[in-house]
Amino acid sequence: MKIHEYQGKEILKKFGISTPRGIPCFSVEDAVKAGETLGGKVWVVKAQIHAGGRGKGGGVKVAKNPDELKMYAKAILGMQLTTHQTGPAGQKVRRLLIEEGADIKHEYYLAALTDRVTQRVAMMASSEGGMDIEKVAHDTPEKIIKVFVDPATGLTDAQANELARGIGVPEGSLAQAVDTFKKLYTCYMETDASLAEINPLILEGNGNIKALDAKFNFDSNALYRQPEIVAYRDLDEEDADEIEASKYDLSYISLDGNIGCLVNGAGLAMATMDTIKLFGAEPANFLDVGGGATTEKVTEAFKIMLKNPKVNGILVNIFGGIMKCDTIATGIVAAARETHLSVPLVVRMKGTNEDLGKQILKDSGLPIIAADTMADAATKIVAAVK
Amino acid sequence: MSILINKNSKIITQGITGKTGQFHTEKCQEYANGKNCFVAGVNPKKAGEKIFDIPIFGSVKEAKAQTGATVSVIYVPPPGAAAAIWEACEADLDLVICITEGIPVRDMLLVRNKMKAKEAAGGKKTLLLGPNCPGVITPEEVKIGIMPGHIHRKGRIGVVSRSGTLTYEAVAQLTEIGLGQSTAVGTGGDPINGLKHIDIMQAFNDDPDTDAVIMIGEIGGPDEADAAVWCKANMKKPIVGFIAGVTAPAGKRMGHAGALISGGADTANAKLAIMEECGFTVTRNPSEMAKLLKGLLK
Repeated sequence: MKIHEYQGKEILKKFGISTPRGIPCFSVEDAVKAGETLGGKVWVVKAQIHAGGRGKGGGVKVAKNPDELKMYAKAILGMQLTTHQTGPAGQKVRRLLIEEGADIKHEYYLAALTDRVTQRVAMMASSEGGMDIEKVAHDTPEKIIKVFVDPATGLTDAQANELARGIGVPEGSLAQAVDTFKKLYTCYMETDASLAEINPLILEGNGNIKALDAKFNFDSNALYRQPEIVAYRDLDEEDADEIEASKYDLSYISLDGNIGCLVNGAGLAMATMDTIKLFGAEPANFLDVGGGATTEKVTEAFKIMLKNPKVNGILVNIFGGIMKCDTIATGIVAAARETHLSVPLVVRMKGTNEDLGKQILKDSGLPIIAADTMADAATKIVAAVK
Repeated sequence: MSILINKNSKIITQGITGKTGQFHTEKCQEYANGKNCFVAGVNPKKAGEKIFDIPIFGSVKEAKAQTGATVSVIYVPPPGAAAAIWEACEADLDLVICITEGIPVRDMLLVRNKMKAKEAAGGKKTLLLGPNCPGVITPEEVKIGIMPGHIHRKGRIGVVSRSGTLTYEAVAQLTEIGLGQSTAVGTGGDPINGLKHIDIMQAFNDDPDTDAVIMIGEIGGPDEADAAVWCKANMKKPIVGFIAGVTAPAGKRMGHAGALISGGADTANAKLAIMEECGFTVTRNPSEMAKLLKGLLK
C-alpha cells in the first residue's frame, strides 16, 4: 500500500525525524491560508499523488510571494499530472502540500528496503540526492553506500557512521545524520514498511539534517496490525477495478491488451498471459481467482473484465485441484448467463473431474469454445476475436 | 529415492484443527502411505484429543518426542505462522513446510534471521520450504501439502516451481505423456522464504532416482538466475526451464508478493536469457514443457 508524501512526513515526524513545517490542503483557499499560517517568504507548492517524478511533471513549484502561491495552487490542484510512473493518462491532483522553504546546502539520498538475498533490511545512502536513484546506481554505483541490518542488533552506530561518512556528511552534522538513519530503520520495522525512501534528505545551511521528501510502501500482509497506516489509504489514487476485485478476494491488475483472462493461481495466470502474447494477442488483465472459485467470484470476475471496453474475448484457464472442474464449470455458465456475455469465451479446464466439467459447458447451450491446452486455448481465442 | 521426503517420513501437522489444516490433512492421509506418515498434530488447547485418528500434542517438541517425527507442515493462520515455524526449529526438526499464505514480511525476516543465528551458533539446521507454497510430493509414497495427488505418477523427473497451479500444470503434462515424477516441489511465492531453486536443483542433482528436471520460475528476485549459474557449473542432468511473466509490467505485484519486477535483472526475459546461457532448454510456451523434456531423455 502506498501513501502520500505529507502522510509519510507525519510518520517520519512521529519517529523523531526532522521535516519542514507543512500543511496538507484540499482547496486553493486552504493553500493561501496555509501560506499565512506558515509565515516566511518562500513556500513550496507540492502536488500530492502516489506516483513519483512529480517535479519533472510540473507538480512542484516554489512560490516567492502569496500571489505566486495562489497561482501555483490554482494551476496544480485539479491538474492531470503526468509522470514516468502515472502512465500517459496521468493522475488527477486532489491534494496539495504547502511547505516552508528550505535552505538547501546539500541533497543526499536515504532509503530502507527489504533485501531478498540477505533476508535483511538494507539501508542505502548516497551523496547524489534529489536525482533518480536508478540512474545513480547505473552510472556511478560507487556513490551508493549500502549496509545490511541484523534485526537482533538493529542499525548499529558503526553502520550508521559508515553510511554518514560514506556520503560525506560534514563532521558537525554527523551525530544528527546517524540519529536520523537509526530512526528511519526503527520506523521501517515498526510500520511494516516495504520501502521507506527520503529523496532528498538535506543538509541545511545551519547544519541540520531534514527530510524534504518521503516515499513509503507498506507490506499488505501486515496491514491487519497497522490501523494507523490503513487510515492513510487514499482510494482515489488506486485503480477502481482493482479495488472492486479485492472486495471479492480476486487479485486483478489491468493491462493494455484485448483478451481478458481468468485463471486460478498467480504463476499459472502469468503463464496464461504469456501464452496469449505468444500466439499473437495481448492480455487485458492479470486475474487470479485463487483457490475458492465460487459462482459468485467467477461472476464478479467476468463483470470486472467486461468493464474494460478493449476486451473482445475471454480466456478461462483453470487447473482443478482441490477445486473441482464441474464446480467451476457451473460457475462459468452462471457467470456467462448473468453477464449476457457477448464476446467469445474459450475455456480450458484440467484436473479433477475434468470430463464432468466439459460436459456441463457443452450442455449449457452457450457458445463456449473448449480447449485442451493453454496453447490450444490461446490459438482459439486469438482466432475467435479476429 | 526422492528428495526431501519419502514413504518413511514421520510428519507433524501444526494447525491441524483449523478448517484448512483439517481439510488437507485428510487428503494427505488418504494419499499413498499417508496413514502411516501423518503421526501427530499440534494444538496446545486440544492436547490429548485425536483428529482422524491422529493424536494431538501440546507442542512440537512433545509431538516429536512421542512419535519420532522429523518433518512438520504448517497451516497456522498468518499472524501466528512465523512463531509456528520457529517452534518447529526449536524442536530441531529436519524439515518444516509452511503452506500459510499472507505472513507479514517482517515476521519472516525475523524468523529467518533467528534460524540462521541458531545454525551459526552450532545448532541444528532445520530446512524450511515456503511459506506461501503448495508443499512437496513424492508420488505414490507421500504428499505433504495442498496439491491434487491424483495427477502425479511415480517416476524419474524432478519438478520445481514457486507457484502451485503452474507446478500442477507441469506434472499433469508429464503424467499425460507417460513420464512420472521423483519429487515435485513448490518453493512458494513470498520474497523471504526458505529453500530456493538452487537448493532443490542441488538435491535433484544428488538424487540417483532423478534423471531430468523441469525448473519453473517467475518474475522478481534473483533465485532462478542463481540456480542457473550453479547448474551451469555442477548439474549433470538435463533441464527444461520456463519463466512466467514475460507480459507482466514492472512495478506491479502479480499476485505473489515476490512476483514484482524491481530492476532490469529480474524480468522474465532476463531470467530466460541467463537460463539459456547456462545450458537449460528454455521455452516461452508453457504448454510444451513436458514434450521438450521427453526429447532430452536418452
